[in-house]
Amino acid sequence: MRQQTNSLLSMDTISPSSVDTDSLVTGARPRVQTRFALVDVNNFYCSCEAVFDPRLAGKPLVVLSNNDGCVVARSAEAKSLGIKMGQPWHLVPKEFKARGLKALSSNYTLYADMSHRVMTILGGMAPRQEVYSIDECFLDFSGMGLITTTFRDHGLLIRNRIQQWTGLTVCVGIGSTKTRAKLANHIAKKNPQWVGSFDLESLTIDEQRQWLSSLDVGEVWGVGGRLTAQLKAMGIHTVQDLKDANPKRIRGQFSVVLERTVEELNGISCLDIEELSPKKQQILSSRSFGQHVTSEADLREAVLTYLARAAEKLRAQGSIAGMLQVGIQTNPFKPDVPQYNKAISCKLAEATDDTLVLGQYAVRMLKQLYREGYVYQKASIMLTDLSPRTERQITLFEDTEGREKRERLNAALDTVNRRYGSRTLQTAGAGIHKSWSMKRGNLSAAYTTDWRSLPTVQ
Amino acid sequence: MQRSLIPATTTPLFPSVRFSANALHLGDAHPEPVSLRLPLIASPCPQAGFPSPAADYVEETLDLNELLIRNPPATFFVRVQGESMVDAKIFEGDVLAVDRSIDTRPGSIVVATYAGDIYVKRLAKLAGGRLALVSENAAQRDQYPILYLDQAEDCTLWGVVTGSVRRF
Repeated sequence: MRQQTNSLLSMDTISPSSVDTDSLVTGARPRVQTRFALVDVNNFYCSCEAVFDPRLAGKPLVVLSNNDGCVVARSAEAKSLGIKMGQPWHLVPKEFKARGLKALSSNYTLYADMSHRVMTILGGMAPRQEVYSIDECFLDFSGMGLITTTFRDHGLLIRNRIQQWTGLTVCVGIGSTKTRAKLANHIAKKNPQWVGSFDLESLTIDEQRQWLSSLDVGEVWGVGGRLTAQLKAMGIHTVQDLKDANPKRIRGQFSVVLERTVEELNGISCLDIEELSPKKQQILSSRSFGQHVTSEADLREAVLTYLARAAEKLRAQGSIAGMLQVGIQTNPFKPDVPQYNKAISCKLAEATDDTLVLGQYAVRMLKQLYREGYVYQKASIMLTDLSPRTERQITLFEDTEGREKRERLNAALDTVNRRYGSRTLQTAGAGIHKSWSMKRGNLSAAYTTDWRSLPTVQ
Repeated sequence: MQRSLIPATTTPLFPSVRFSANALHLGDAHPEPVSLRLPLIASPCPQAGFPSPAADYVEETLDLNELLIRNPPATFFVRVQGESMVDAKIFEGDVLAVDRSIDTRPGSIVVATYAGDIYVKRLAKLAGGRLALVSENAAQRDQYPILYLDQAEDCTLWGVVTGSVRRF
């Protein structure tokens, strides 16, 4: 590296190790080595539904949360009607429904399958991938050595392939750090002229400044509502303001995390692709009921059903739990009815991942929790104090043979439920009819995962 | 645009997909037909002192997926309703494998959406170069009108039919 004489560097710092300083004059393009992309699917849930039901394409559509309560996804057309995220369905004005607004229950089986397809395709289009959520992932383009094409063109190629292979539309944002890629994705989504693929680093320093000055600081990855207010109180209103802030001062007033964000905005990559997921430290399984539940018998079914799901997750990540928490509650949004909300925890005699053992504990704990005379709305199960199964302490009076049988039993449960759908095999206590279970009045078919539900063609 | 950057194979260049902390673990990519795994030559357990002469020849098992699915993330299954394509050996109740990654061409059997319905038809270039979805049932020709692509507002070519499964 030559001696840096350019005063611009102090404001628009770009990692010196990765930049050709000759080009660091205003108007020139810095040559940055690292490139990340954030790819996400537009209106993911609604788009999945439209792939298999052409009557929904181009129409206002919302997907509702479990029990058909609130709007959790909106098609572009529903957004332009002014439907808000989280809006309770019964508060959506009647005239929208008259104008053809449709609502579907959330079909997570379908969304998970479509997500898996998208992520598989994306994984084949970059050297490294981090699946970040059901509908977005980071790709690391570093070292791809695109000689004859630009990163933006590669983004367009990704977009076209996902569109053709799955019927879903994605947006691709590209930047020298994950934080910049996330911003680029936001710009790609809001500005149709980029056709869904935007590379922040292809712009001149001046052009970048223009874009970043036009964006509210709240658009930065990891800057939430409360932090936004605090930053604005300090005079930091736009993304550019935060980028220009002194990292040390930010660290002193806020946190190391936000300091890292400032560095990332300035092109110094601090967050790498996380290819290995750290195991979850707690496993939660909780849901609202579809109907009013008053009896202990119904609550027991629900608790055992949720527990089976939690234990399944526990085994899937190879952990055992040392602590179990069971909770039940009434509906806090109905203040006129008697309220009861309580959870108890129990330290297990020995850490386990056995559905049957955990179930025995849960039933006993529910007996303690249950009070007559309330209308319950929700039950929850939480497994904590997790440790790797391989590090289990052997107890003094270990029944090795019995334990091995139990392990085989639980493994068989998991295999059957994976292959034939969850809840195919369950403990009798979890109930068969599940009168308390979710209302999903308007559920589309499991088009891609059930032979009996395939789309029909004429 | 340089397309040769990514070889048109179905095996990903970089097959290492892992999940971040808040990623979801997802299910199988497509419905699993009961895979028929037949060893080409059944190999009896070699008895002590009597090595099986056949053991060296067992190489692989057969899986119907290999016949049907070239590109799993882009392959979907649909079920046939009606008799519009019987001359193309597509019968009511058949399950079709549909590969969206194959470019549609005149002559392909395609799944297409047309005016809100989903069809399986032959894509054909008719007089004057007009593209149309054409049924293949000579005996009941009048029951299945030709669907011209330029006559529908919303028509998408959904994918190419690559195979059919029928059980007796």
